[in-house]
Amino acid sequence: MNKIFEVPLYPYERSPDQDAAAPVRHPVVIIGAGPIGLGMGIDLAQQGVKVVIVDDNDKVSFGSRAICFAKRPLEILDRLGCGQAMVDKGVEWDVGKVFFDDREVYKFELLPEKGHQRPAFINLQQYYFEEYLVNRVRELEAEGAPIEIRGGNKVTAIGTHPDHATLEIDTPEGSYNIEADWLIACDGAGSPTRQMLGLDFVGRVFEDNFLIADVIMEADFPSERWFWFDPPFNRGQSALLHKQPDGVWRIDLQLGWDIDKEEEKKPENVIPRLKAMLGDDVEFELEWVSIYTFQCRRMEKFRHGRVLFAGDAAHQVSPFGARGANSGLQDTDNLGWKLKLVIDGKADETLLDSYDIERIHGADENILNSTRSTDFITPKSEMSRLLRDAVLDLAEHYEFARPLVNSGRLSVPCTYDGSPLNSADALDGPIKTRPGSPCPDVPLGDEFLLPKLGNKFILLTIDADAPDVVEEDGIRVERLALSVKDDKTGALKERYLGHAPSAVYLIRPDQHVAARRPSFDENLFRAAIRRATGKE
Amino acid sequence: MTDLILTPNINRADDFYAELLAAHEGLSKDDSDALNARLILILANHIGDREVLSQAVNAAGLPE
Repeated sequence: MNKIFEVPLYPYERSPDQDAAAPVRHPVVIIGAGPIGLGMGIDLAQQGVKVVIVDDNDKVSFGSRAICFAKRPLEILDRLGCGQAMVDKGVEWDVGKVFFDDREVYKFELLPEKGHQRPAFINLQQYYFEEYLVNRVRELEAEGAPIEIRGGNKVTAIGTHPDHATLEIDTPEGSYNIEADWLIACDGAGSPTRQMLGLDFVGRVFEDNFLIADVIMEADFPSERWFWFDPPFNRGQSALLHKQPDGVWRIDLQLGWDIDKEEEKKPENVIPRLKAMLGDDVEFELEWVSIYTFQCRRMEKFRHGRVLFAGDAAHQVSPFGARGANSGLQDTDNLGWKLKLVIDGKADETLLDSYDIERIHGADENILNSTRSTDFITPKSEMSRLLRDAVLDLAEHYEFARPLVNSGRLSVPCTYDGSPLNSADALDGPIKTRPGSPCPDVPLGDEFLLPKLGNKFILLTIDADAPDVVEEDGIRVERLALSVKDDKTGALKERYLGHAPSAVYLIRPDQHVAARRPSFDENLFRAAIRRATGKE
Repeated sequence: MTDLILTPNINRADDFYAELLAAHEGLSKDDSDALNARLILILANHIGDREVLSQAVNAAGLPE
């Protein structure tokens, strides 16, 4: 079978840098061409920042790996120019079923809030996700954007300096050196960059193994997420079944700690487990098998001078709740515009410290949620198992216990409460759009709000006057004027006004709210712009 | 804000206690433990108030 993950998409090619007399200096070098490194590169290249992405491999992810992508990352991908391809290919789902022992305990619908352009979730294999990002890179290259992926380039040493980093890179044709004004490490949970720099990565290790299998089958299962606690086919453990595109199904089986990983991965051991789960009469083909363990941990700081860490390299969570790639993409969304301002000299380097503060806040929220899910799914003491089973037994009969069932709290973006970039809330408005919040989408006739916000600073006025453009110390803010008269669904009022008759929002390029007031006040908004760019 | 009640509050307390014992009558240790766990969760949901629940969890730890 000719799978995309077997095709070299960015094979090694000799770079002129390898023949340069002295190491060539680049504005930004990204290590790792996974979902986060590619997303970061596209974000910067779209803003005209020259980026080089280096990766020791030349292919997309082997096996499906991250499969569940949430609404927020899809909105970010829209701005990166490849959200539609993901949504077109992905499987949408909104029903989950929970089983305990041999019974269906309950069924839930995600019931996503209406009036958003993007669905709550899609399932899509990581190799497609990466392929579409690589396609987007190629498209940008064709348009002349300054982005380059160097496959077969393995970074073997990093030197850090006050105003740049140096890299030694191994290739099939020997090694060479380059320099980077800014180095962004997106090289995954095992981050060689982190290790080379001798940086910490502390947290909690979970002593458990999970067998992950992709099977191709023509089965009658619906597009739902099925989760089993202690099923007959995997006693004392958990199991998950989830649909991906192309008739591929993700199966996750908890195995426990004391196992022989190599033995368990052999098809002769995997197939009987899957038959026990799916039934003897279901025909399937095994596409990919892996065994994983996980940790919940993060680096103490994501910024180390000129080196910045994003995605799993900076923080790792359990897979329950789809918070890995989803949060990594939010890292890049947070970092991209800030780095652009710093590179252009429109903001001080210290603006990047807010990346640390805001994304550590996000990482901690993800670690908290995924740790709690893990504690529910894999109880570590007799009493935690007893309480867990009590919740499941009650959930079958009484509605009250269902919210306590925790098979993964699915990824939602965090609000940067307390961020130094926020101005004090001055609007009697909805809590969900307080300063620090990610902007919720709103239908505007045949269009939606988020694409209109785009990737730039916006002054959103709702039934309020303001200048069309405000420029403050090199930062250009464009006005987007809306009115409740055009708000046919009422979503604009509900999400952005609440009880207030009018509102003016200052919105950051990553579509988080920086400030809001009932009306435009020039001095206060100029102060808010300075504050949102680290100048107050 | 409501405070956790730690003074006598159950009508016919002896009857309640007997009912609690009767519910465990004839159960194995495992089944009894499971019943207690379900009962805790049902009562906690009935109380609902997070502050009162925290006070109850602390009170169950017994003062030094």
